[in-house]
This record gives sequence, C-alpha cells and structure tokens, in this order.
Amino acid sequence: MSTIFLRIVPTSFLGTSFRVRRPHRMIERHLVAYRRQWLIVVSGFFEPLFYLLSMRAGLGDLVGTVSVAGTQVPYDAFVAPALMASSAMNGAIFDSTGNVLHRLKYARIYDAALATPMSPADVAVGEIGWALMRGQLYAISFLGVMAAFGLVQSWWALLALPACALIGLTFASIGFAATTYMRGWTDMEIVTTATMPLFLFSATFFPISSYGSWGWIVQLSPLYHGVALVRAANAGVWSASVLGHAAVLLALSAVALVVAARRIDTLLRK
Amino acid sequence: MPEPLIVASQLVKRFGDFTAVGPIDVEVQPGEVFGFLGPNGAGKSSTMRMIACVSPITSGSLRLFGLDPATHGPQIRARIGVVPQLDTLDTELSVQENLWLYGRFFDLPRAEAKRRATELLEFAQLTDRADSVVDNLSGGMKRRLSIARSLINRPELLLLDEPTTGLDPQARHVLWDRLYRLKQEGVTQVLTTHYMDEAEQLCDRLVVMDQGLIVAEGSPRSLIDQYATREVLELRFPAGTNEAAAPQVEGIGERQELLPDRILVYAHDGEAALAATHARGLEPESALVRRSSLEDVFLLLTGRTLVD
Ligand SMILES: Nc1ncnc2c1ncn2[C@@H]1O[C@H](COP(=O)(O)OP(=O)(O)OP(=O)(O)O)[C@@H](O)[C@H]1O
Ligand SMILES: [Mg+2]
Repeated sequence: MSTIFLRIVPTSFLGTSFRVRRPHRMIERHLVAYRRQWLIVVSGFFEPLFYLLSMRAGLGDLVGTVSVAGTQVPYDAFVAPALMASSAMNGAIFDSTGNVLHRLKYARIYDAALATPMSPADVAVGEIGWALMRGQLYAISFLGVMAAFGLVQSWWALLALPACALIGLTFASIGFAATTYMRGWTDMEIVTTATMPLFLFSATFFPISSYGSWGWIVQLSPLYHGVALVRAANAGVWSASVLGHAAVLLALSAVALVVAARRIDTLLRK
Repeated sequence: MPEPLIVASQLVKRFGDFTAVGPIDVEVQPGEVFGFLGPNGAGKSSTMRMIACVSPITSGSLRLFGLDPATHGPQIRARIGVVPQLDTLDTELSVQENLWLYGRFFDLPRAEAKRRATELLEFAQLTDRADSVVDNLSGGMKRRLSIARSLINRPELLLLDEPTTGLDPQARHVLWDRLYRLKQEGVTQVLTTHYMDEAEQLCDRLVVMDQGLIVAEGSPRSLIDQYATREVLELRFPAGTNEAAAPQVEGIGERQELLPDRILVYAHDGEAALAATHARGLEPESALVRRSSLEDVFLLLTGRTLVD
C-alpha cells in the first residue's frame, strides 16, 4: 500500500538534489566568460531599439493615437512598452535555449560543475537567473531610451522593470525546460518558430480589442500578459487585471522551473 | 585499521535493462592508490561516476567518508577531486580562469582560489600558458590542466579516469611523477586504466574488471604471482603459421596463449623455454623473453588482450 502511495506521490517532488545553494557561482562564471564577449551583450540591446525607431518614424504618423484604458496615447507610446516586454522575452529565451544547449551538450560545462558541490538545481537556477539579469540590463536601457524619447508617462513606469523581470523569469524557465528536451541544434528552429507568433500576436502592435472575437487566443500567449503588465506600468493606470496577468506569469514560471530542475537532474546525473 | 574511505557493497549500476556494473564489492583505505583495470566497456567509468557522486547507484550501497552519496552528495564532492575520462574544461575561459572559477564552485574565497590557481599552474607546468585559451592547448596540456583543476579544493580523494590515455610516453612519466607526489602527501587515489604498466607503476592495490564484474583483486605483484608466471616467452612465427605451430610448443611452459600474431609461453625461466623451443626444432621468426605483467594477468583471466 505504502509503495503504491510512494509511486503516486514521490517523496521529494523536486528530486533529491533540489538544493539551491550556489546558483550565483554559475552567474560568476558567465560574468568572467562574457568579459571577452561584451559585444554580444551590447548588441542584444539594439534590436528592440531599432524596432522602436522604425515604429516611431514609420507607423507613428500613419496610425496616430491608440486608446489605452480609456485614454488616447500616441502610437509609439503604445508600442514601446510592448517592445520592452518582447525584448525581455527574447533576451530570456535567447540565453536559456541556444546558450544553454551549447553548454549542456557541446561545451559540457555543467558536467564539470556537477563534480563539485554544485547541484543540478544550482545550474538551472543560475542559468535562469543569468538570463533574467541580462534581460534586466536591456530593460533598464530600453526604459532609458523611452524616457529620452518622451514615451514614459509617469514614475510608475519604473514598475515596468519588475514586470520585465517577471517576463524574463517566465520565458527563461520555459526556455530552459524546453532545452532539456532538445536533441540538437535543429530543434532550435522550433524556438524561433514559436517565439515569432508570440511577438506578433500578443497585442504587441494592436490593442487586444482589434482582434475582435479572436481575442481569447491572444490571452493564451504568455507574452500578452507581460505586455499588459508593462503597458499598465508605463501608463500608470492600474486595475485588478494586473494581478491576474502577474498570476499567470508566476504560475507558468513555477511549473516551468520545476520541470527544468527535474529534467536537468535526469539529464546530468545518469 | 582506519575506517575505509570508500566502501561499496553489492554495488550495481543499470542503464535500462543493461547492467553496466556489478554487483561489486570494493573497499579503499585512506592513503591508498587503488586501480580499476579492464577493457573497453568493463564498467570502469560507470563505477567512477558513482563514486564521484554524479551518477546515482541502482542498488547496493556506497559510502564515502562514511557518508551516503544519495543524501550527502555536495558534502562528499566538496572533499574529492575528479578527472573525468574526457576533459570537461571550459573552452570559453582561459587556463587560469578554468582553475580559479572552478575553485569558486567549492566556495573558496576569490583571493584564495586565485592563489591556488597560481600554485597549480606551476604544478602542471602551465604557468607560461596561464592566459591561453583552452582550445589552443595540446592534448597533454589539457590533461594536465584537468588534473590541476581537480586539485583546486585540496581533495582528500582523487578520482582519475584514464589519466594518461592519449599522452606521449614523456608526458605520461611527468604525470606519474605528479601522482606519486600526491600519494606521498597522503592523497588517496582511485584510478582507472587500460595500461598494465600504469597500474603496476601507480597502484598499491587493484581490481580487474570485466563485463561489469570484478574478476581478480590484489596488489599488482600478487596478481602477477597468482595468475601468471615469472617470465613470458613471446614467439612469432611467419605470418599465418602461428596456429599450426601452437600445438608443437605445448608443454614447454606452464601454459600458453595463442594470439593472432604471436604465441605466449608462460614459464618461470623464459630462456630455458626458448632453448626447449629450439630443441624441438622450431624456428620462430622472432623470440622475446620478458617479465610477465598485468597484461598477462588480464589475458589469462579473460582470454582477451587488453588494448585491441
Ligand atoms: N549513460 C549510459 N547509458 C547507457 N549505457 C551506458 C551509459 N554509460 C555507459 N553505458 C554502458 O555501460 C557499459 C560500461 O561503460 P563504461 O563507460 O563504464 O566502461 P569503461 O570500462 O569505462 O570503458 P572504456 O574503457 O571504454 O572507457 C558500456 O557497455 C556502455 O555502453
Ligand atoms: Mg571509461
């Protein structure tokens, strides 16, 4: 009887090695490794910036204003928070998929780390933390650029940073978990294929109302909830729905983190 | 008698239905250099990975320093150094960074990690390559760096999986010398090897593994005494005639082995065996008398040569 019970409910849901003590050591390693590759880090900032510039120059004039929570805002002020959210997503996914796959399967950095007191959970949390940190760096710079362009509407906009951290956490966890299932580089195509529609159809470029009766599909996109959070922060207009969006992202992160930690355990401790 | 540092009893490792190791019983005493010897696929690395607490055991029990890897993995790993069969150096870091950042995984303060890194560079004769990218090192240098890295936490137990495979003879002797120095400092070592001379050189005690099981155990000398003779006469007959010659050599030594390219005659006195061969009117193309080695032990135990 008790053995059946143990089968259904594993004694330790997260596995015996779910001990998070030294994730910062992984981050320290990356800080040293990236000293020689700072150009890669800097370049990640430019992509959303170029998007913003092109939106401002091109679409802004065509579209005019968009209604956000009952007030009219210029199109670039509408799009900028969404680009900020998207760049938080892209940064997190980039770091937690391609880079992790390389370290896991080809550079085999984690194998070396696990021969030390580091645990698989340290590796997972460290990598996700690193992706988050890098995402924050971009978010801060992006917010600075928005402020410089006069697209920031109030001090509330600072809350867009924790919102981006939450987006980073969600997508880094999902990305890491997904990477543990990848067989090789060809599977990276799936990541690109999956993130593109998220970027396009998360009420990024149009308000959700313009999707009409298809709006519920947009709601399924995790990025949509992130965009809504950043937009609310930037506009300084808060409603109960913010809690709902945050809860969706938190729940997704939690599930993905558990999957990530368990998978990395089985992959590395054969 | 001190408490053994490693105790494995009825230790088993399975991958799916396939049993890679065991059941095996092993005890390693503090200060000892212990070897796992065996051919490809014998289960040496699988055993080493269990001892290194990076691979969960399937059944049986394993204790290091009296601790259970399943519950005290990090505490045990803090006290051991691991040189895996294939180098797992960080190719995005310099030689020096590989050392001190690894020390950080053991919670060494940064200054201490860097101090030890400098020392270990000296030990591995890599000081002038401190800032090189790892990719640019030769195979032997990488191996030395791996060994240096495994020492960053001043381990009480060092696990070396085929430490000298792929090294030229000179590099191998340098490494043996380093390992001998560590032994004198009291570092317990467990190593695997394909090479009988290495085992003979380094190990106080060893087990011969074959197909996941231990087939013999003892000191190198005692294994040779027990499973071989003092000397071996190697006879090579013209290509293709070895097999035909084999029956005619019968009885000269205590036993003999027919290999594709030669016949090994095990005898206490090799020269006498050679004289007896000639007396029978046999004319080998070449004949060589040598001391028997662990290689012969392995051959006699398993019927196969070690390095194919
Ligand atoms: N992760 C794994 N999954 C499935 N089988 C494995 C795994 N690791 C090892 N094996 C199998 O277990 C057996 C023992 O392998 P192991 O690497 O321990 O041998 P070894 O003695 O170290 O050999 P070598 O001298 O070639 O290094 C082999 O048959 C190998 O194919
Ligand atoms: Mg091996």
